[in-house]
Amino acid sequence: MSNAMADTLQGWGRRCQVTGLKVHSEAEKLIKVNAVVAVVAFLVGVIAAIGLVLTRWQAVHLLPADWYYRLMTVHGMNMLIFFILFFEMAVLYFAGPVLLNCRVPAPKVGWLAFGLMVLGAVMVDVVIFAGKADVLFTSYVPLRAHPLFYLGVILFAVGAILVTCLFFASLVVAKREQTYEGSVPLVTFGALTAAIIAAITLLHGAAIYIPTFLWSLNIIPIDPELYRVVWWGLGHSSQQINVAAMVSVWYLLGGLTVGAVVLNEKISRSAFSLYVLFISMASAHHLLVDPGLGPAWKVWNTSYAMYLAVLASMIHGFTVPAGIEMGQRLRGLVKGRFEWLRKAPWGDPGFSGMFLSLVIFGFFGGITGVTSGTEQINIIAHNTLRIPGHFHVTVVGGTALAFMAVTYYVLPLIFQRKVALWGLAKIQPYLFGVGIVIMAMSMTFAGSFGVPRRHWDITFAGAATSVEFHPMVDMLMGTMAIGGLLAAIGALAYIAIAVLSVFFGQKVDWSRVGDGGAGIPQGVAKLPKQAHTGAAVEQVHQAGTPGTMVLVGVFLTVFVLYYFVNWKMLSMVWKIG
Amino acid sequence: MHSAIVSPKGVWWKPAGKQEKLWVTIAFVWCMILFAMMPFWHFKGGQNPSGMRSRVDPKDFAARAQRFVEDYKVGDENGIPVVAPPAGSDLYLVARMWAWSPILKLKKGATYTLHLSALDVNHGFSLYPININFQVVPGYDYALTVTPNDVGEYKIICNEFCGIGHHLMVGKAIVEEGESTASAAAEVSEVNNE
Ligand code: HEM
Ligand SMILES: [Cu+2]
Ligand SMILES: [Cu+2]
Repeated sequence: MSNAMADTLQGWGRRCQVTGLKVHSEAEKLIKVNAVVAVVAFLVGVIAAIGLVLTRWQAVHLLPADWYYRLMTVHGMNMLIFFILFFEMAVLYFAGPVLLNCRVPAPKVGWLAFGLMVLGAVMVDVVIFAGKADVLFTSYVPLRAHPLFYLGVILFAVGAILVTCLFFASLVVAKREQTYEGSVPLVTFGALTAAIIAAITLLHGAAIYIPTFLWSLNIIPIDPELYRVVWWGLGHSSQQINVAAMVSVWYLLGGLTVGAVVLNEKISRSAFSLYVLFISMASAHHLLVDPGLGPAWKVWNTSYAMYLAVLASMIHGFTVPAGIEMGQRLRGLVKGRFEWLRKAPWGDPGFSGMFLSLVIFGFFGGITGVTSGTEQINIIAHNTLRIPGHFHVTVVGGTALAFMAVTYYVLPLIFQRKVALWGLAKIQPYLFGVGIVIMAMSMTFAGSFGVPRRHWDITFAGAATSVEFHPMVDMLMGTMAIGGLLAAIGALAYIAIAVLSVFFGQKVDWSRVGDGGAGIPQGVAKLPKQAHTGAAVEQVHQAGTPGTMVLVGVFLTVFVLYYFVNWKMLSMVWKIG
Repeated sequence: MHSAIVSPKGVWWKPAGKQEKLWVTIAFVWCMILFAMMPFWHFKGGQNPSGMRSRVDPKDFAARAQRFVEDYKVGDENGIPVVAPPAGSDLYLVARMWAWSPILKLKKGATYTLHLSALDVNHGFSLYPININFQVVPGYDYALTVTPNDVGEYKIICNEFCGIGHHLMVGKAIVEEGESTASAAAEVSEVNNE
């Protein structure tokens, strides 16, 4: 763990100067290329997003209808599929070979997979921009895209499945070559659950995209409802990959930034396992008001067999902040309930991004998601702006922001570059996080007035009859746009920082890294000490985590209120059965 | 204690702390409440997406809807028929690119069976301004019993992307006061339902 460790592991890789981990050069390269392509996909997605917000803001109404729907397809594919999955591939190479001190088992397969994924992504984007796939990322049959669109997705998915297999292989190699002692670290365990979920999810993907590809060639028929069931087996289950990967990143950054501890391995690992057990059921969230399925199926599946996956998230929502609190207390921040939080390194984007991600995902995302995913409440939420309102605080304010936060540690630790534009980097998570929350909450409330998602013009100019939305809606669409633009600025700042650091950044000088300074996150300068001695430790353990108890209490109160207010709202509409 | 990037040594299957146990218990109880609410609402609540669900050939659905229009047509608006079916009857609402047909005239407090289906691609039934939403899938008949609880002119917005004219797809339902007071109307509808 010290800078004195100067062995170079020549020809194999290097030893990380901060964590002491052995880094295989192939792992390092694969992490780099996957991360870089992820950022490129993100850039495409952000440019599309700016077009979308400026169109939905009726006062501006920027794009013509066809380009609004086309860029919606671009945005969905590049953000939700390409950006997120390329980044997750990088996470898998990190949590496998790097954290376990081992080699990438078959680097050639890694490069093949990378090639397939890039090829697939480029194919999909070319087809969309050519105007041959205006079907949105869900591509509900019988809407029809060009066959190459489906083929591109298939190639991309095959690549992703290969990387997942490599990750499993690295666990085997590490075990056999005894590169670590004891059990795998919690972060790796979390990534393992993400990888298992990915494997299952990608099988759903094959089960739907291969037949759809054949259908697009007029070879076989496909039932539209069956398409929705299986497609969402991919579409929503893959969100569990994101959740598991994000939670792993929370644990990782907690440890790196403030020396967060794992309160109890059993609890945290059991919670991760719950994700694996119930994933395929999440498909139901999108089918609650569909004609193809009955109430018993809906109730059982939408709740992941009685909300056990929600339970898992509620557990992490406690153990992550509590681990941070305990870590901070062990380092002497013991005053009152909240000294650990007040004196946290809010200027370290690795920490602030992680903590905002935790709050945004858990608080805003969790509450809106469980509520509108309730079988009956979905009647007043389905396909309204409440839905994008919900997932922009889960996969965007949660997962994407966590990935941004970890980038600030990946840059120095893996790319060995100082973080460029350090002043901007310090506020970037706030710009992005606050912007996304404003946008998503505006969407959520606009959706409660019945404003549809995926809709070019809610003034219905030229339609058979006119629709006058509540005056509040105008204002909400405006705040949605302002929040969206703020988030877009935060996103562009992130891209600028990442690109400048990687391609033009200053090399980290490992002999002087301890001095910190601009571009060196504090956890890189000095990995927070985790070992503590003396009677004080026992006292801290006794006192537990009173601050976190307050936080989760507030969370639960708001959750209960929002949930029952929605039942009340539902009870006021027409009787339906 | 150690951080999450360190391999735990030895046995880590240890009892959890007091607060952690407390939170897991509270969270578990809350999850059970969340779960119980859904079956509860099926028994006690007035709004459930159950309906009667069956497969239907789009051609057959179009034919049934055509008969429905012929039986109860009272007028025409921009080429879309207006129908005024009696309380208790079956309503057929057709979704296709990019119109809803017909326009429905209903009575407050009366109960109807609303059949939803699409002739081409997926569409979304979204009743404005009360914001109730259902997926309309080609090849499936979604038959929901509905009881309007207030008079007014309602719009039916399509809220599933259905092609380039998606944002132009708006239909209409008009709810008028029943012949008698609201409570009496409810009784009438009970009778009509027999
Ligand atoms: C710069 C930040 C972002 C902004 C301003 C933004 C904005 C938007 C807007 C305005 C829409 C259209 C909503 C509608 O009209 O129905 C949208 C849709 C969507 N966004 Fe984002 N977004 C951002 C980032 C992301 C990220 C990072 C992801 C995924 C990881 C994402 C995933 C999606 C998806 C899946 C849709 C739905 C597309 C569809 O309905 O077909 N967004 N976003
Ligand atoms: Cu439509
Ligand atoms: Cu539509």
